[in-house]
Amino acid sequence: MLSDGALLDLRDGGRRVEGRWLWRGVAFALRAGERVALAGPSGSGKTLLLRVLAGLDALDEGSLTLRGTPSGLWHMPTYRSRVAYVPQRPVMVEGSVEDNLRLPFTLRAHTTRSWDRSLVRATLERLGRDDRFLAQDAVELSGGEQQLVALVRRLQLEPTVLLLDEPSASLDDDGAAALETLVDDWRGAAAERAVLWTSHRSEQVDRVSDRVVRLEASA
Amino acid sequence: MNDLAYVPIDLRQLLLAATLIVVNVALSLALRLGLARSLLVASVRMTAQLLLIGLVLAWVFALERPVPILAIALLMSGLAGVSAVQRTKRRFAGVYLDALVSVMGASFLVTGFALLGIIRVEPWFDAQYLIPLLGMVLGNVLNGISLALDRFTEGVTQQRGRVELLLSLGATRWEAAHALMSDALRVGMIPTINAMMVMGIVSLPGMMTGQILAGAAPADAVRYQIVIMFMIAAATALGAFGVVLLAYRRLFDARHRLRVDRLQRMPPSRR
Repeated sequence: MLSDGALLDLRDGGRRVEGRWLWRGVAFALRAGERVALAGPSGSGKTLLLRVLAGLDALDEGSLTLRGTPSGLWHMPTYRSRVAYVPQRPVMVEGSVEDNLRLPFTLRAHTTRSWDRSLVRATLERLGRDDRFLAQDAVELSGGEQQLVALVRRLQLEPTVLLLDEPSASLDDDGAAALETLVDDWRGAAAERAVLWTSHRSEQVDRVSDRVVRLEASA
Repeated sequence: MNDLAYVPIDLRQLLLAATLIVVNVALSLALRLGLARSLLVASVRMTAQLLLIGLVLAWVFALERPVPILAIALLMSGLAGVSAVQRTKRRFAGVYLDALVSVMGASFLVTGFALLGIIRVEPWFDAQYLIPLLGMVLGNVLNGISLALDRFTEGVTQQRGRVELLLSLGATRWEAAHALMSDALRVGMIPTINAMMVMGIVSLPGMMTGQILAGAAPADAVRYQIVIMFMIAAATALGAFGVVLLAYRRLFDARHRLRVDRLQRMPPSRR
């Protein structure tokens, strides 16, 4: 089935916003194990493309498949469990960091899993944070720390594809390094895992991606 | 003395009552509230509408066939459905239909149950019972529906980030909307619960005082009031639940996506 190794495959993708095409004829495949950066001027619709790939927004034309199956045939909660989207602005629910990390396990899609405190502890240690971090009020954290919590929250569900929208926009250099560590650890755990980034930091793009896909604003 | 158990009000007395509005107008003028005009318009509308409905009701009460009485009932609930939507800040295509279905479903079901099962009016469509009972239920269902609908659409807009977080974590649309829906239902029910809490202590309900004025024994009037309050509570819960469920189906599509794009914010002039 995965003869060409494509996890996500978008063909002739087009999306209209308020009656005009934001992008059109976008073809792009994310193959197993790849690290791809999505580039394009601001306003070209990078975020919308990520949201479409995550199944949160609809395509106006074209087709999208995950592992060769059209996205329309997937049960969306299952699809989104495999394709993880972490938006530029992290969303924290009321409560502690631990409450936020436990949140996904209240959902039916993850009833077969349970929250693994020791795994999370080990992850936090890699980020240079101890147990006290779990008890902190998530809403009071800095934007950068919230971004890390959002990523840990998502990665514990072991997705196959990770879509990151400007993940280090609110991080300092140490934070950005911690984030890259997290993503590398996750990718290292299984050969097929693939990541798609958008980032305005060109040196980060060079470091974290094997190839760059350009999204041009349609005329 | 006449045979009635109450003092009828003639035109001269009505005009005397209307002079009370001078209090409002004077206050508005003195404090420059700018309300004088709307107060006068509202007074004239209220008087004209009530005098008119008095004539209509006299005509309806004389009818002894169910069809015209039910037609009036449909018209009343249709107006209630439309007014429920007109007080909301954000709307979507189909909102009027959703409100209409909820208002009618809830009020007809509950009023029908009360007429046939509780009070057991003969014949069941007797306008003297059907119209006032339905009217009171509609007034409250209308409030419940517009509060719940407003809260739900507002919640969907304000908490879009949280809803989409849940969806992207693998939540079904039901799981993602659940907190918003129960919050909307709670808000829709609050006025009814508050009213029941203080009824008889802080407030003497209009229907009960009306019956007492008309000569009914207070003990009987109180029983009617209890029946109507239970009717209102049930119908408001049903109506609010119905409209929130229908709105949920419009704003969360079958692909488990939140469709904020289907919501349109109304300018204040159209609320």
